[in-house]
Amino acid sequence: MRQFSYLRPTGISDAVAALAAEPTAQLLAGGTNLVDLMKYDVAQPSAVIDINGLPLKEIEVLEDGAYRIGALTTNSQVAYDPRIARDVPLLSSAILAGASPQLRNAATSGGNLLQRTRCYYFYDPSTPCNKREPGSGCSAIGGINRIHAILGASEACIATHPSDMCVALAALDATVEVTGPTGARTIPFPDFHRLPGDHPERDNTLQRGEIVTGIRVEGGRFAAHHSYLKLRDRLSYAFALVSVAAALDLDGDTILDARVALGGVAHKPWRNPLAEAELAGQPATRDTFEAFARRLLSGAKGQGHNDFKIPMAEKAIVRALMQAASGRPQVQSEKRLR
Amino acid sequence: MDLGQPRAPSPTVPVTLTINGTNHSLDIPPFVTLLDLLRGNLALTGTKKGCDHGQCGACTVLVDGVRINSCLKFAVSLDGTEITTIEGLGTPDHLHPLQKAFVEHDAYQCGYCTPGQICSAAGLLSEGHAKSREEIRELMSGNLCRCGAYTNIADAIEDVMGAEGRETVREAAE
Repeated sequence: MRQFSYLRPTGISDAVAALAAEPTAQLLAGGTNLVDLMKYDVAQPSAVIDINGLPLKEIEVLEDGAYRIGALTTNSQVAYDPRIARDVPLLSSAILAGASPQLRNAATSGGNLLQRTRCYYFYDPSTPCNKREPGSGCSAIGGINRIHAILGASEACIATHPSDMCVALAALDATVEVTGPTGARTIPFPDFHRLPGDHPERDNTLQRGEIVTGIRVEGGRFAAHHSYLKLRDRLSYAFALVSVAAALDLDGDTILDARVALGGVAHKPWRNPLAEAELAGQPATRDTFEAFARRLLSGAKGQGHNDFKIPMAEKAIVRALMQAASGRPQVQSEKRLR
Repeated sequence: MDLGQPRAPSPTVPVTLTINGTNHSLDIPPFVTLLDLLRGNLALTGTKKGCDHGQCGACTVLVDGVRINSCLKFAVSLDGTEITTIEGLGTPDHLHPLQKAFVEHDAYQCGYCTPGQICSAAGLLSEGHAKSREEIRELMSGNLCRCGAYTNIADAIEDVMGAEGRETVREAAE
């Protein structure tokens, strides 16, 4: 591994100053992704800023009843928090669908947002990759692309965002709280991650020196009708080929409000708010969900090896919405689909 | 603010760790993982290096009682913590209940993944989220066993969960 200097700031402003001062520095929280990327020589930080001493480890209830999840809370801490499990079960379920218990014990909420793609070419410095080395080309286009994007890809990059947690946060319209050299601001979740376009090296819209401090998410509303359905090559401890976070607000069998986000299919969690809005007032039936699934997947394009993801996603969207409507969400320890 | 000398790579960082009940004051380069510190610097070779990328669980240890992959932690980031490895769980004369159960249930063939399996199972038991065999299997999925001893590993863990636990497990399975 390359040499780097090691800093351990104890305050947010110190951490921001250190990050702003050294553009090639990187933040270290749980380390589950950064340490791995450094071993592969994909990440080459000149300095590692260990932020584990920052006071961002709490889950707070805000005055409006929403939750503020500190950036340094661990995935396990959030998933098993009794308040989150009760009021935001979709988030809890999505977190427990990802990684392994050991990784969830170390990985943080902020780190989950900032993790890099698991595209195998991104991880292999001997191959061209526009995300790792801008301008070098994309090896996945025309290469092995079974795990790659079917929506929102560009000619420069067809990588997917690997998170499960972020798919739930996207569906729940979470807000990301950040602090930078000019102060604090909030970023609506759909604006936090970006599509690759001509700059796949940029995963998100953070500005230089900005640190994620927390995530704000509303509770209660979709607790009765939700499901996180994750389809993958093995039944646990694998990244999603396709995942669906579905949340419904129902009046009897009539849809009042619907949110659906897809994972494993794009450079960011994929939503279509216009299609969701059209679900309001419709009956919560298979026909309704099938029409919605086709709409959400409009424009989907396979790369060859991943063509199967399009019909798989269509069926998964319908299945997850049926699970949500019936109040029987997928349970992550249960290996049969509900 | 005091951030030391950030521009030049600092050769070593002072760290205090309690490992299996013994205090260690160490000066270590920041790139040393907890796994390499344990096996290389401290000769605690019970903890195994499998994939070295957080994909196999062979390096699982307990940090402040919580199971993690020691290959993905820079040791300098764990200053002040208490670490328990397989050497700290039991001794040949006084086996930990999980070690005893693994022997009784023949929960291994080659044994390479076993220290990680047992440390992981110790973490699972203290977390208390597994209530059924299905949940034991899901919450042990971070530990791979290439010999395929999974059935006996699950049996051993179920055994330690206790008679009361076994009843619950059986009911849930029916």
